[in-house]
Amino acid sequence: MSLLLKGAHAIDPSAALDATVDVLIAEGAVAQVGEDLAAPEGARVIDCAGKVLVPGLTDVHVHFRDPGLEYKETILTGSQAAVHGGFTDVAPMANTKPVIDNGAAVSAIVEKGRAAACHIHPVGACTKGLKGVELAEMGDMAAAGAVAFSDDGKGIQNSGMMRRVMDYAKMFNKVVMAHEQDAGLVENGQVNEGDASTRLGLAGWPAAGEEAMIARDIEILRLTGGRLHLQHVTTAHGIELVRQAKDEGLDITCEVTPHHLFLNEDDLTADYDTNLKMNPPLRTRADNEALIEALIDGVADVVATDHAPHAAHEKALEFEHAPFGTTGLETALPLMLTNLVATGRLSWNRLVEVMALEPRRILGVDPVSVAVGSAADLTLIDPETPLTVTPEYFKSKSANSAFLGQHLRGAASLTIVGGAIAWEA
Amino acid sequence: MLLSTKHLIDTEFLTLEDIALILDTAKSFEEVNRRTIKKLPTLRGRTVVSLFMEPSTRTKSSFEIAARRLSADIQGFSASSSSTVKGESLVDTAKTLNAMACDAVIVRAKAAGTPAVLARTMDAHIINGGDGKHRHPTQALLDAYALRKHLGFEGLAGFEGLKVGIVGDVAHSRVVGSLAPLLARLGCQVTLIAPPTLMPARPEVLGCSYTPYLDEVLPQLDVVYMLRIQLERLEDAPLPSLREYAMLYGIDRARMQAMKPGAVIMHPGPVNRGVELASEAVDTSKNLILDQVNAGVSIRMAVLYLLLGGDENVTAA
Repeated sequence: MSLLLKGAHAIDPSAALDATVDVLIAEGAVAQVGEDLAAPEGARVIDCAGKVLVPGLTDVHVHFRDPGLEYKETILTGSQAAVHGGFTDVAPMANTKPVIDNGAAVSAIVEKGRAAACHIHPVGACTKGLKGVELAEMGDMAAAGAVAFSDDGKGIQNSGMMRRVMDYAKMFNKVVMAHEQDAGLVENGQVNEGDASTRLGLAGWPAAGEEAMIARDIEILRLTGGRLHLQHVTTAHGIELVRQAKDEGLDITCEVTPHHLFLNEDDLTADYDTNLKMNPPLRTRADNEALIEALIDGVADVVATDHAPHAAHEKALEFEHAPFGTTGLETALPLMLTNLVATGRLSWNRLVEVMALEPRRILGVDPVSVAVGSAADLTLIDPETPLTVTPEYFKSKSANSAFLGQHLRGAASLTIVGGAIAWEA
Repeated sequence: MLLSTKHLIDTEFLTLEDIALILDTAKSFEEVNRRTIKKLPTLRGRTVVSLFMEPSTRTKSSFEIAARRLSADIQGFSASSSSTVKGESLVDTAKTLNAMACDAVIVRAKAAGTPAVLARTMDAHIINGGDGKHRHPTQALLDAYALRKHLGFEGLAGFEGLKVGIVGDVAHSRVVGSLAPLLARLGCQVTLIAPPTLMPARPEVLGCSYTPYLDEVLPQLDVVYMLRIQLERLEDAPLPSLREYAMLYGIDRARMQAMKPGAVIMHPGPVNRGVELASEAVDTSKNLILDQVNAGVSIRMAVLYLLLGGDENVTAA
């Protein structure tokens, strides 16, 4: 069935488009873009007045817990959360049980992904079992469909191992995504080392535990070449290191998460709300501001959610026993619209870059655009729809959101994946 | 309920009126504790559970004695320190206790924030008997009580301007978490004294100044509050040796002589003799260690009475 989107405000810097147009979608692709398009026989016509049409949102960093921890999330439920949040493409990390560290495991994800609500781009492990000791079979995984490699969740502690990972990955032209955490500095850190750790009597997770590894990996990148993507950068100084590396011309990108943009350690109170426990931890208000500035000026390339679902009974534990992470796929776009776009700090063009265009470029997947011939992976956004974040709001299997209770404005009203409607408000 | 708060999670949630009331109530109970028959019918028929999820002898005994002297029924409820080990989550433990309709729960937990979780899950009054490295409010209150009694003043004004040094493992101390902000709020000038490896990241958050150099400040202090060095912490290697710790921070004969005349030594116990305090510093009249222990029972009676005593069907003493 073809779809005719009538009167959408299409915003797509990759097609130099910022205009009200009609868009005809047929056979999984954008068939026509123009004014006053006539609906073909049998086409469904959707009135898009007041709504914004953008290339499909893409998240380079999610956790779908499948295989092994399906009680938290599956590829299917995770993908349903993704399209609910406006995402057409996501990249699940390899820290499942077992770890995605071989070609057969990647193939299994690809196979499950065929039945998912959005496109699934698996990320393979850099090292076997995420142990940081032996290289994983990146060649086999790349052939099976892995788009990138990451030991997300732990990071690679040994510098020599990180160097081999960077060297080896570049022959497959895949990006290495680095979780920057120095185990010796961080130890059992629970919250930002500083105000929060002192107030709450919890073990501190120092900014230096992240920054030292960022500095190390920039040095390794200079040595090896290849492509390095830094996951969830959380501090002003970490961003400054990325800025310097980019100025130098190194092939480096980085992501920031909505929770590190919009929450900080002051939100952690004597309530010990475990939904605010993440890794890396919430930092300071000054760090929030540095990350936002970096997103505006281009040092931060993309917004990634680090969607980390956990069951209610796990988050109900004492703070230091509860697992790290917040869900994010269903709140990322509303948060960005409410906090940055509606306030005029971030342009719509830049929003599309950081949530749709740049994530695809980092993953090396085909670009999409609101242009004839492009795959029809598109997101229609209603910037005015009000939204209160409640547990019932989520399509994800888990509701451990750091943003529960927030009142937001703007959300995806239609998510089109492969030319078909995957989510409709 | 005679306090402004339903629970005692920390001293920071008490008003100055609450604090004065607790100290004054403890004073009236201290008189009871000197009688031959040390028992009041005040909390007869009330059920108090002591939920101690990590080993404690002194605090647990002190609370239990306090509850019994007020005629409450006190019941121990043992739970493992880590809920994941036992297989029952903290919330489920709390719901179980709640279903038993207890009136107050005294909780000691390895995990910071545990009393806050209980307070939002249960109907009972929650009394924090020490949570992780976070807070230990009854210790802070009994310390204030023992100090006030020693200095012989009424009310709270006498705390104003006192110079208090808290020495030792500040980073891992729940006592500091409650005591330092409490004394600072009462007008004391509190200095935290520890090597940087045993100092929290932002000591100023606790309302204190800080220094690693005990000998520079010792002669000015009115109160030298020595923390216990927990030997198990040494596995994290914050110190080269107990010997060097004692050299830098231990109160020995020489440091006792350097103290201001009339200054006192306090310690929450149990003391590592020869580490934070040399034996002569334990056995001197300059120290209030046993006065603190004594105050503990009176303070805990006061807290139980003031939290439970205002509830219906209770006849005040």
